[in-house]
Parts: sequence; structure tokens; C-alpha cells
Amino acid sequence: MRGVVIGCGRVGSAVARGLAADGWDLTVVDEDEDALGRLGPTWRGGFVVGHGMDVTVLEEAGVADADAAVVSTAGDNTNIVIGQVLQLRYGVPTVVVRILDPARAKLYSDRGMSIVCPTQTAISSLLETVRTAAPKAAPA
Amino acid sequence: MYVIVAGGGKVGSNVTRSLLDLGHELTLIEQRADRFARLEEEFGPVVIRGDATEVAVLERAGIARPPELLLAVTGDDEDNLVISQIAKEAYGVRKAVARVNDPRNQQHFDLLGITQTVCATTSILGLVEHEVPEHGLVRLLELQKEGLAVVEVQVEGSSPAAGKKAGGLSLPSGSRLISVFRQGRTELVEPTTVLRPGDQVLAVVPTPAALDLRRALLGAPK
Repeated sequence: MRGVVIGCGRVGSAVARGLAADGWDLTVVDEDEDALGRLGPTWRGGFVVGHGMDVTVLEEAGVADADAAVVSTAGDNTNIVIGQVLQLRYGVPTVVVRILDPARAKLYSDRGMSIVCPTQTAISSLLETVRTAAPKAAPA
Repeated sequence: MYVIVAGGGKVGSNVTRSLLDLGHELTLIEQRADRFARLEEEFGPVVIRGDATEVAVLERAGIARPPELLLAVTGDDEDNLVISQIAKEAYGVRKAVARVNDPRNQQHFDLLGITQTVCATTSILGLVEHEVPEHGLVRLLELQKEGLAVVEVQVEGSSPAAGKKAGGLSLPSGSRLISVFRQGRTELVEPTTVLRPGDQVLAVVPTPAALDLRRALLGAPK
């Protein structure tokens, strides 16, 4: 399987390493060439330096025949746009987009986008943890 | 009418001033503290501070009314795209006009259905083409949705098309010569029309093939 990860921060790089370990043929895109270091000394996949809004960069990364793409740059709006470009223009079958803002995450998830919202996950899990730990706390 | 302007830089602030002078009701959204302070001094409560790509901020600006017009004119194309999409698709704003800062991003706006866009760089290039005749090809009109451009080309003595019949030219597929303007008169182009030096030819061409059309008529650019 061929995969592309856009944005090689903490999340993107770890996802890339995980998928590579599963046997995926992966290419990672990041604006900053130093981000390659996050992939570790044994990284054998591809790495393209450039911005994910730039279609020449996307094409160099091989999005046209990718089976899946993960979009996790630092910008929510950048991710939203790139995610749609990968779906609509390149027909990538599986596109997962990280959006930090829960409101935008809900909006685009309602429109059929596959979204991961770490903020919402944190909120839900914090609430769940506290509610489980202190089940008898009654509202004042 | 009610207008929301997202982005209070040079474009946003000047548009705001003009629309307020024309008597429209308006809310301007600006994120940066320094800019906001300056804008608030001039426009008062018309300006609100916040990130216009956040739903809560847009709601504070009255996106749910909805406004007759939204202008997404920040300096960031991704933001302008997302603001326009949220406005149109989640709040039913009928008319959203987005600023394109980097002309290379135009294709993303087209792809995502944000059809009303303004790009200063592209406009200035259009003017340059108009002002510099030796460039050979003037884009008169871009039909973004249709992917077509209406262009004007001036035939020179050295042009490969000079002296040839329109029907015998090999032009990019999907393009068509409409009319020639010569000696103060316009004639519709028939297959038998012979192009002459000095003719101003009006043509319609798929936008990406505009330079191929120029090459077919005028040869390679000098």
C-alpha cells in the first residue's frame, strides 16, 4: 500500500513511522527539511520538502496513486484545504485530516470528511476520567 | 445590505470604509491586536476582534442572519477558502467573494466551489498584458466556471498565421476564432477568412491553452 503523510510534526512523523513499520510504502511532506530528523535514522521512505498547498509538491510525493493520506500540518485551515484537494482532485480513497478546533472538526466531519480532532478527544477523555473517578460528585 | 468583511488589512479596511460610506451595514473581523486597535479607532463598534475561521467568531459577527455578502480578504488563502466555505455551506450565505493572495492557489478555490475570487497579482498581470502589446495576447475575460478565456491577439507580418485561411490553422482543441477587427471594422471569422498583418483577432480558448493559441497564431514568443 502507498501512503502520503503531509506535515511531519510530532503526530505526522509518528504516524508515518507506524505505517512504515506495518509495511506501507510512505512519502512524507514537510516545509522544513529538518523535520526529516523526526523520522529517525533508519527512515527508508520518501521525503519531499515543500508546502502541501503546492500541487507540484503533492504530485512529487505521489498522491496521484496513493491509497491513503494523512494530513497533519500545524494549520487547521491548511489541513482542511489539502484534505479536500487530495479527495476531490486526486481521488485518494482514504484521507484522514487532523483538525484541532472542535467546531471546524464537526462542521467538516458532517460534510463527510474523515477527521481526527485531538482537542475533542482530550475533552471527552478528561470528562470521562473525572466522572469515573468521582462518580458521586453532585452538581452544586 | 449587511456585509461581513473578514480581514482588516489594506484590502479589508479600505473596502470597509467605502461600504460604510455607501451606507451599508457591516461587521469587520480582525485578529491582530495592533491592527484591531487602529481599526476600532476609525470604525468603532463595526470592528470585532477574533479569528474569522472560528465559527463562534463568525456567529458573533452575525453570520447566521445571514449577510447578503461576505468578503474573505485576509492575507492567507487557506483562511479565505475556509471562511467562504463555512459561510456558504453551513450558513447559506449566497454571495461570498474571496481574495486569492497567491495565484497558484486559484485552482484550489475553483476546485472547492469558491467561484467568486479576486486576485491582485492576476489582475495586474492582465493589465501588463494589455499595456505591453508585443506580449501578443491580451486576456479580456476569464470565465472561471467554464474554464475558458476570451483573448485578443494581434497578427503581425512575421506571424505564421498571416496570409492563411482561418479554416486551415491548427488551433488548440476547444478554441475558436470569433472575429477580426481590421481597418476600423469587425468581421466574424469564417473558415475562409484570411488573416492579415494588423488584424486584431478575438478568440475563445480553454484557459490553460491560451499560450498554445498564441503560439499557433503568432509563433513562439520573442
